[in-house]
Amino acid sequence: MYAVRQWSVRHARGLNTFYRGFESVLVALHPLWKRLGYQRLERPVAAVERSVKGLLFDCRMCGQCILSSTGMSCPMNCPKNLRNGPCGGVRANGHCEVRPEMKCVWTEAVAGSARIPGGMDALRQVQVAVDRRLQGRSSWLRVVRQRVGEI
Amino acid sequence: MIFEDEPVPGYPLPILPGHTSPGRLERVLRAGQFAVTTELAPPDSADPEDVYRRARIFDGQVDAINATDGSGANCHMSSLAVCALLTRVGYAPVMQISCRDKNRIAIQGDILGGAAMGVCNLLCLTGDGVQAGDHPQALPVFDLDSMTLLETARTLRDEHHFLSGRKISYAPRVLLGAAENPFAKPFEWRAQRLAKKVAAGAQFIQTQFCYDLLLLRAFMRQVEELGLLDKVFILVGVGPLRSAKSAEWIRTHVPGVHIPDEIIKRLAGASDGALEGRRLCIDLIQEIRTVKGVHGVHVMAYRQEETVAEIIERSGVLGGRVPWYPGRDPQANTNRMAS
Repeated sequence: MYAVRQWSVRHARGLNTFYRGFESVLVALHPLWKRLGYQRLERPVAAVERSVKGLLFDCRMCGQCILSSTGMSCPMNCPKNLRNGPCGGVRANGHCEVRPEMKCVWTEAVAGSARIPGGMDALRQVQVAVDRRLQGRSSWLRVVRQRVGEI
Repeated sequence: MIFEDEPVPGYPLPILPGHTSPGRLERVLRAGQFAVTTELAPPDSADPEDVYRRARIFDGQVDAINATDGSGANCHMSSLAVCALLTRVGYAPVMQISCRDKNRIAIQGDILGGAAMGVCNLLCLTGDGVQAGDHPQALPVFDLDSMTLLETARTLRDEHHFLSGRKISYAPRVLLGAAENPFAKPFEWRAQRLAKKVAAGAQFIQTQFCYDLLLLRAFMRQVEELGLLDKVFILVGVGPLRSAKSAEWIRTHVPGVHIPDEIIKRLAGASDGALEGRRLCIDLIQEIRTVKGVHGVHVMAYRQEETVAEIIERSGVLGGRVPWYPGRDPQANTNRMAS
């Protein structure tokens, strides 16, 4: 929801702190996930992720979440799917060129990143091209498996 | 400037040390000259002569010609085909690639194909949304964005493999460019974004239309503070406005084009709006030339391309230099072999 999405950007700092803790818990529980089986967990976890992040960020389930690097403004809501900064078409009022009623995802991302410690540095990282195979899959489980070195 | 190793039309120049392309634009930029590029509006036609006619009007005034890739999300002859025609007679095109219509498979193929035909300059763009053009019902692809497109092109050129990792036997030797709009929000982020593009591989930048020197200077100061002045060649976008009315229409309808009130007033106060628009463009070019870190101008005169030669000539920015065009050096050695 658009209003909630804007709230999330305003509270980027708190959400980022919460996520850091949440991610540590997920990583710590890796042995449990492994016993249950990542394959089997994929669908239910993705469903939870979709509803929570869908509510907070209008998440599009790209499966490779970079919200912490974009000030809690989901770049997949950009009509051009830009993950590396705003296009040149941002309107004078800071709104989107494609959807004039919406604030540019990237003007929001810059504002949100300024609220997160180290957020501006994260914003400067060049993001690699999206892997479209991950669409619809859980980003949380993927992060855990990356952190423990499984993938 | 005349290069002693001027090629047979369509043949590449030898690549000088420190250069990444055999192109004329890179030579001009690295020689410290003030470069001039322009934009060719691709025809709605399958007649090659339509392309040559549109290129010829720039003869002797520009160092490179951008071939747009469905600009404004409107359908025209493809940039790859326009480049093929232009390189055939020796012109130096800048092949624009937009991420709107093609995925990474098609784009990488086009980069190899373009380079094989003698394209030495690429401009990596995200592209306008489909809603802006004449086919709003089309699928917007946006598989890559301008940044990942730059990285893709650089990977092909410097690491000699596709994104998949599969080797290519002969890398495209190209100068990589990108766009930037110092005149759109968020202003404080624009120079940072430029830094990101440079990190992703951009060697030259062509900006959106500049009608606001204050914003340009502020942007260039930030670029300097980020230590980018010697890392990227910046060509500032300029173009003649036809009248106060058309300027007003552009600034309200074309996203990303910022035209200050003073400009509209100056046009409105003139008896001949179009003439004043050209004068204004010349004044801007002369001012832009003095801004530290600017290496040239990119003249975009959509539907008034015939004014470009006069504007460049009267601005005096070429300083007597005559950029190459077919037939400039009739006595040049044409027996040389391709390198």
